[in-house]
Amino acid sequence: MGFGGYLVRRLLLVVPTLVGVTVISFALTNLLPGNPALVKAGALATPEVVQEIERQMGLDRPLPVQYWRYVSGLLRGDLGESASTGRPVLEDFRQRVPATLELTLASLLVAVVIGVPLGVLSAVHRDSLLDHVSRVLGVGGVAMPSFWTGLLLLYVFFYLLGVAPPPLGRLAADVSPPPRLTGLYVLDAALTGSGAALVSALHHLMLPALTLGFAVMAPLTRMVRATMLEILESDYVKAAWAAGLPRRRVVYGDALRNALIPVITVLGVIFGFLMAGNVVVEMVYAWPGLGHYAVTALVTKDPGPIQSFVLFVAVMYVFVNLAVDLLYGLADPRIRLR
Amino acid sequence: MRWRRLTANRLSFVALCGLLVVVMAALLAPWVAPYDPDETDAEAALSSVSLGHPLGTDIYGRDQLSRVIHAARVDLLVALSATAIALTLGSTLGALAGYRGGWVDQLLMRAVDAVMAFPAFILAMGITAALGNSTANVVAAIAITHVPIYTRLIRGEMLKVRETEYAEAARTVGNRPRQIVLVHLFPNCVPPLVVQATLAMGFAILTVAALSFIGLGIQPPQSEWGQMTAEGAGYVVSGEWWLVLFPGLAIMGTVLAFNLIGDTLRDVLDPRMRGVR
Amino acid sequence: MSALLSVRDLTVHFVTDGGVVEAVDAVSFEVWPGEILGVVGESGSGKSVTALALLRLIRPPGRIVGGAVSFEGTDLLGLSEEQMRAVRGRRISMVFQSPRTALNPVLTVGRQIARLFELHQGASAPDAWRRTLEMLALVKIAEPARRARQYAHQLSGGMCQRVMIAMALATSPRLLLADEPTTGLDVSIAAQILELLRDLGRRTGAAIVLITHDLGVVAEVCDRVAVMHAGQLVETADVHTLFARPLHPYTRALMRSIPRIDRDVAMEPIPGTVPSVLAPPPGCRYADRCPRVLDHCRRERPPLLEAGPEHDVACHAVERDGAVAVR
Repeated sequence: MGFGGYLVRRLLLVVPTLVGVTVISFALTNLLPGNPALVKAGALATPEVVQEIERQMGLDRPLPVQYWRYVSGLLRGDLGESASTGRPVLEDFRQRVPATLELTLASLLVAVVIGVPLGVLSAVHRDSLLDHVSRVLGVGGVAMPSFWTGLLLLYVFFYLLGVAPPPLGRLAADVSPPPRLTGLYVLDAALTGSGAALVSALHHLMLPALTLGFAVMAPLTRMVRATMLEILESDYVKAAWAAGLPRRRVVYGDALRNALIPVITVLGVIFGFLMAGNVVVEMVYAWPGLGHYAVTALVTKDPGPIQSFVLFVAVMYVFVNLAVDLLYGLADPRIRLR
Repeated sequence: MRWRRLTANRLSFVALCGLLVVVMAALLAPWVAPYDPDETDAEAALSSVSLGHPLGTDIYGRDQLSRVIHAARVDLLVALSATAIALTLGSTLGALAGYRGGWVDQLLMRAVDAVMAFPAFILAMGITAALGNSTANVVAAIAITHVPIYTRLIRGEMLKVRETEYAEAARTVGNRPRQIVLVHLFPNCVPPLVVQATLAMGFAILTVAALSFIGLGIQPPQSEWGQMTAEGAGYVVSGEWWLVLFPGLAIMGTVLAFNLIGDTLRDVLDPRMRGVR
Repeated sequence: MSALLSVRDLTVHFVTDGGVVEAVDAVSFEVWPGEILGVVGESGSGKSVTALALLRLIRPPGRIVGGAVSFEGTDLLGLSEEQMRAVRGRRISMVFQSPRTALNPVLTVGRQIARLFELHQGASAPDAWRRTLEMLALVKIAEPARRARQYAHQLSGGMCQRVMIAMALATSPRLLLADEPTTGLDVSIAAQILELLRDLGRRTGAAIVLITHDLGVVAEVCDRVAVMHAGQLVETADVHTLFARPLHPYTRALMRSIPRIDRDVAMEPIPGTVPSVLAPPPGCRYADRCPRVLDHCRRERPPLLEAGPEHDVACHAVERDGAVAVR
């Protein structure tokens, strides 16, 4: 069956991509300056001890074997240890993921809720003031570094207006986190009725989500606008109008419905930008997520976490793109029913 | 509608002028900057915008205007080197892949796919972290993440040319298909290459700024716009806004200029690539 | 019996970067109840724009700048948008070129027809669906229940066109505008579609304006023909008269350019190309290609004059021949 073939083909593509990703990741971890065995042994170790540790870590084996050990380690969940926290990196990840996830979802929400209507209205009212403003924002927004946007927002909303909290994390210092269900503070607080935590979590999530959301909005708005414009010129929109359907219904019903489908494809790219922006925004707001963890580990000369982070993001990116492609295939009847 | 295209051109003309100003300032930094960027002045420390220091001073009393001007050198140099390397390397690989075909092509394309499976900034982070913090490594990192774009572009053109010209050449001249392929390849490639390279300059600057902001890449005493912003970040919460505003403005202005020029070039050189305006 | 549709001096302009495109220039014609009027001309002659103008579907940068359109006694150009909506799809329908792109790709074809019943006749959902299936059967689509649940891309070009016709005739309009309904279809399928149109026209009593560039189509199904060139109407006649005694030089040239089996004459292409309608010169727009061009053809637009019963021509040379009388 048509769609089944599409599905299988798409799934199969994932495998070589993942292999490529792990190869690059392996190369990066092997390029790390210094001898990891030396680091593990300590500066005072004798050469024999270092050699023994080298053998234990498999550093004396040929590269393909080392690669195999690396990959099998990954599959077992072994991402190495963090020298700064002393714990397995996987553990640290598990602890930090919810923060990054919450920020990513909130930013995506901001980008979609503002970006999509903006793109639609821009297309429907082409060349209006709104359209021009939105395009200027788009062009300008893409040129603004996200850390700058974040800092400026902090200045205006925290320092000048006092409506935003200081950039110290996810909650106010005197508020305790809600009972852990998902790790997403807003969701957990809402589900368990912890009012104070909910308010504080939202309050702290506000600026980071706005910063990151704004940073990734531009490509989304542009794509929505372009697709919408194309569809508004199409024959079936004209035919629907000729058949007596009210213009409003044709535009916000038929046209929009058709336009949103190709927009799904840009969500994958947006995710890439979100992850890149995550790192920077987490640093600006001291948001205790994966990016923050990876970057601060570098300061303590702990190279492991950052490479694990890079690998993690790449793998996520591959699967998100897969999900996006499948979603697109399901949404578009031309692919779903081949 | 005609005036829209004209304003776009006027806009990119302004952008071009602005960019030239930045480049000139960067090139002539030692003569244009009012102060030595490393010169400290404890008395004038952390002072806001003034006549003596149009962009203010930092905690050590260093003049921000001079530092921004000198940092322009670093940002522009990094972007230019990275773009040049990526363009050269990427084009060569793409031409090779397209021309030889077979397993060479397959291997190169798999490699390109693998690189593109990473979000560009994340990969640049990884490479810089692995290689170590230095300007050269940042250039290498950015260059590597940009190579795939050029590889795919040139490979595409090469495949097109091979199909059309090669067959004809083989029939008529009978030999030296390589030369004919190259002669016909370049004119087709130059416009999209120029457009991509211009836009890539903007991305490169954003990347090096972000990397430096989080502590990777450009290290003090070299000053770079992103790094300057990082230094000023801590002071935003206490109201010293000028340390963050001006370096960021420099980044935005320069990237914007490259983007506008790139967009106009795209419209002019390759109307086929033009999307809906 | 009065005309179903009466068009007087309809003029449509488009304002573009390069100037004003005068797509339709003072076009006048009539459509009688139950007849099939063919509107014929090369691409760029303004045929489609005329049809869109009748339904007030011209959007900026286009504008109807002049003329009068009277349908069943109502002045269409004076109606509000809301009143016009009641006319579209209900009293006047349109069938578009390239049927597959004129159907919404993400809605089932059945849904696209059914909602028209819901919209124009307030039918309930099950009622609308039942009538949709009836319409599909009427346009001779096999297995209507199955097809109705399918999407445009799953149907052949011919079937898509039938669906379009079903959509157009769903609410029994008095007038159907068919814009190149057979272009892009196989010859045999095209013949079936034409026959279907004629058949349904007779059955429902609807008049059809059939826009085409193909004289063969015209000869096949039309009762009367209007010939357009570069936005101007140059001749109208009933079909037999047009083929037997074409008067306007353009019509004659058109006749000579089609291959014929009955006569042993060579095919003659028309010299030149359709002139641009961007800031066009005054006068007759066929002047530059016309073998009978006179001096004042370029200055003065020839009026549409009567050359016989049901036969109007706009040509100074023909007028000079004395073949026409003032209308």
